[in-house]
Amino acid sequence: MLMDRRDFLTLKKNPGHPAQISADNVRGIQSGLTPYSGPWTNNEIAHLLKRTMFGAAKADIEYFRGVTMSQAVDELLNTVGVLPPPPLKNYDNSDIPASDPDYGVAQWTTWVNSISDDGTVNFHRRQSLKSWWIGTMINQNRSIQEKMILFWHNHFATESNGYDRATFGYNHYLLLRQYALGNFKQMAKAITLDPAMLRYLNGYLNVASAPDENYGRELQELFTLGKENNPNYSEIDVQAAAKVLTGWQINFTNETVSFNISRHDKTNKSFSAFYGGTTITGRTDANAGMTELDDLLNMIFSKNVEVSEFLVRKIYRWFCYYAIDSDTEANVIKPLAKTLRDNNWEIKVALSALLKSEHFFDVLNFGALIKNPVDVIVGMCREFNIKFPLVGQNGQSYAMWSMLKDFSFVMQQDLFDPPNVSGWSAYYQAPQFHEIWINSDTLPKRTGFFDMLTYNGYTASGFTLILDPVGFAKTLPSASDPNALINDSLDILYRVPLSDQSKATIKKQILLSNQDQDYYWTNAWNAYLGNPNDNAAYQTVFTRLRDMYRYLMNLAEYQLA
Amino acid sequence: MKRRDFFRNTLPAAVTLPSIFSGLSVKAFTENHPLVRALLGSATDTDKVLVLVQLNGGNDGLNTVIPIEFYGNYFNARPNIAIPQNKILTLNGVTKTGIHPFMTGFQNMYNEGQLAIVQSVGYPSPNFSHFRATDIWMSGSAADQIINSGWAGRYLNTEYPNFPEGYPTTQMPDPLAIQIGSISSLALQGPGTNMGISISNPNNFYDFLDGVEDPVPDTRWGKELKYIRMIGKQTEKYTTVIKAAAARVTVQGTYPSNNDLARELKIVARLIKGGLKTRIYMVSTGGFDTHSNQTDSNDSTIGNHANLLLKVSSAIKAFTDDLKGLGVDDRVIGMTFSEFGRRIKSNASLGTDHGAAAPLFVFGKNIRGGVIGNNPTIPTSVGFNDNIAYQYDFRSIYASLLSQWFCVKPTDLQTIMLKNFQEIPLAVNSACGTTGLDDIIRGSGEQLIVNYPNPFVESTTVTFRTKGGHTLIQIIDPLGRVIRTLADKEYIQGTYTVTFDSMGLPLGVYYARLQNGSLQQVRAMLKTR
Repeated sequence: MLMDRRDFLTLKKNPGHPAQISADNVRGIQSGLTPYSGPWTNNEIAHLLKRTMFGAAKADIEYFRGVTMSQAVDELLNTVGVLPPPPLKNYDNSDIPASDPDYGVAQWTTWVNSISDDGTVNFHRRQSLKSWWIGTMINQNRSIQEKMILFWHNHFATESNGYDRATFGYNHYLLLRQYALGNFKQMAKAITLDPAMLRYLNGYLNVASAPDENYGRELQELFTLGKENNPNYSEIDVQAAAKVLTGWQINFTNETVSFNISRHDKTNKSFSAFYGGTTITGRTDANAGMTELDDLLNMIFSKNVEVSEFLVRKIYRWFCYYAIDSDTEANVIKPLAKTLRDNNWEIKVALSALLKSEHFFDVLNFGALIKNPVDVIVGMCREFNIKFPLVGQNGQSYAMWSMLKDFSFVMQQDLFDPPNVSGWSAYYQAPQFHEIWINSDTLPKRTGFFDMLTYNGYTASGFTLILDPVGFAKTLPSASDPNALINDSLDILYRVPLSDQSKATIKKQILLSNQDQDYYWTNAWNAYLGNPNDNAAYQTVFTRLRDMYRYLMNLAEYQLA
Repeated sequence: MKRRDFFRNTLPAAVTLPSIFSGLSVKAFTENHPLVRALLGSATDTDKVLVLVQLNGGNDGLNTVIPIEFYGNYFNARPNIAIPQNKILTLNGVTKTGIHPFMTGFQNMYNEGQLAIVQSVGYPSPNFSHFRATDIWMSGSAADQIINSGWAGRYLNTEYPNFPEGYPTTQMPDPLAIQIGSISSLALQGPGTNMGISISNPNNFYDFLDGVEDPVPDTRWGKELKYIRMIGKQTEKYTTVIKAAAARVTVQGTYPSNNDLARELKIVARLIKGGLKTRIYMVSTGGFDTHSNQTDSNDSTIGNHANLLLKVSSAIKAFTDDLKGLGVDDRVIGMTFSEFGRRIKSNASLGTDHGAAAPLFVFGKNIRGGVIGNNPTIPTSVGFNDNIAYQYDFRSIYASLLSQWFCVKPTDLQTIMLKNFQEIPLAVNSACGTTGLDDIIRGSGEQLIVNYPNPFVESTTVTFRTKGGHTLIQIIDPLGRVIRTLADKEYIQGTYTVTFDSMGLPLGVYYARLQNGSLQQVRAMLKTR
């Protein structure tokens, strides 16, 4: 049962559905996966876009107003972005050994086709790769794709500091991209044989004579089953899985993965009662590794309730909220998990069911997600339509993307380098979860980032990245009316309501310079529109809009999506 | 009002550098210097405070300070709203000028030497737009200049050039400036960063002191919002010192009720007495845009404008009395200002339209009382568009207070005010002339960029410290234009120098701006002959 937004705002209790208050005094949500059929306005569109893309850009909100909710979700799920040109060498040869293949890569051409094992080279390349990913997210299509790639990066977490080679990182990204909306089981197999993962979790060192249990453990604990099942896999299963996975190698010269039967454990592998005492027959042929891997994944995925619920909870925490109460468990998690396994692990089907549901569009779900740093940074740039260097201005583009990825790093989300194989703790560490993103160190860095892009901008290589508050206001339908200006801005920027009194204060103290009559703003705006080249007229509206948007971004409300 | 987060103006994150950037300021003393220790020990007693009272809307000067000397012409120009001559309050020893009958508080202050009236303050080519005129007053610009920093912000940047890196510091543990209002105004904007913090409103201020929080809904987002606000409060580095200062003051004088300005000034007195070293406070009150119904139609001594002047006069009187009772009146002076005065001639709707120059008030124990300047001349026949010409440039007021109250030296004054302005005797601070204080404070915080020599004639050496990575050094003029880019590349962590050669550039103020990742710092420089 959905709550009417008006009821909600006035905090009326919905008759017949007394609000249930959970242990931590948060009102429960009873709605489930029934397809949503309520209003489809800017409010719902912005909600959908903030959760599935980075920020809700005004042009995107308008675009999706022309279609139905169902069509919008379908389009977000089915649009495949064009892969941008691969990351470029954005560093010079000053500290590159002349003997290294990278030395021959010209600056501002791509390095992805040249394999290097040099630490300095790979450090530079990883910085390039991180910057490039930021750029890719900023230039995202109207698609859920980039947000899902980041989801999978957190789920199948690897650290580029661990696998070292930037080429591994780039290919890992391509793999995440390929499977982002594909089949979860197939993805698990591909990830198992991915050079980045093989190196990161020592799979390439896992040999019959000295099994390395690292990947065999995380495959079950972090990637498929989770730790919470009772009963659950045991140490026996970790050891047996490790044996199954012996023999895979990385050819570091051409970065291909191959199976070496001589390093493989050819014995039968026996699993615990959790897996029904399954035995995976040891093979001796050249395909033994692949065959046994299939057996292993078939066995794990045969625990289909556990696997599907584990993944669905992660999806729920990514797109909705971290706390899963009993109603949500019953009305969302369990049926959605069933959808996933009934559809043979096709991610898109499950996402579609969630994103089109009454639960997803329940007003009680709005605004509850604390933005992660990438969402803060990329979302702000996209929502304010901040102008980036022109395509082809590579020096400037990489300088900007590099700064943004550094800000994400100081806000504790270092792309390609999550803290460990569990991913970012905001997505698994109870009870705080998403609140972990916000602390006394990171919150000032978030507001400092907003302040920088609002006030001085960031200048490098002769380009200044800066918010254009006048340009943003000009895209709004009635910027000459200070009330509409505030409301329309908030429709894009905020997901939670601001009281009328707060809006009145903002209007008076900022837009009206403490005057009481709205026409003072209207006159100033119209004076600017009538003579856009008059610097004084421009500055008059510029300073007020700048101060207003900075103020709005500095409120706690802006941290919520 | 919903509970807003207490501090509106979040300062950029202070990033801790591995070590204090020492040895660059050629004039800085170390903390072991005897003079430094002597001054630090008595810093609170010698600190002076300036309170800026903004009257929003454009106060009608002619009905505030009435030119009795030209009463006939005054009356003829605005017969429907003119104050009857016999109702005008007189000032001791003054025959030509009086004040509005509701301003008995100011009358008493004047007669006790605690109030100065500066006649006809304005500037050439006045602007009649609220917004633009306010920006001119806040920035201290000329009418045809767009300056994107504020005069008080430039002063604070000169005194605390490293702010906010490394702040709060031992020498300056408190906010540099506090504004009561949602946002720090342009007046407090420095060339690089805003130098002030804002307290969103007095009610929230007391909520804050008493630990009262407006509830948030019992929803998912309500829970998260509450959490983020809590972190926000913990993060605000000045929360503790402000709370502690306020807590030290439990008894204050009486203030008029139902008076927003009085409520704001009461907070200011409390924080001053509580020991904050904050130098500038800014408060404001609105409603002065009296296009109509400025006075009652039957009695021009009462009505909207009269109530506004009563509010200002009684609030400031209560404030000065409170300061005296608290024993801090030696430390505090204040001034009123409004973006413009109003027309000489009234309109038919019992009001006045946007005008030009107007009187302003300077108040406090240590001001030079009296009426400064002549009454504005009012001709026999006044047209609708006739305005009062300015006698004193408003920037002369700022420059005089900075020089006479904060002891700002001439070259610094020129850097802050962007050129030289006539000084008017307004304030008395016997400490002015003591050397050293500024230099000590200027070393406070983490110095990332400095230039030598300053002032300079042709070129000056800019020394900067980078934490590594991309580093930008720009030379910017007061209009915000980038004049030179001296560095724009990757650096290894360390200290570097670049030279600013100003050949071909006009004399005046320039800013050297460092941008290094999320850090920035701006140093003001003065090019002289």
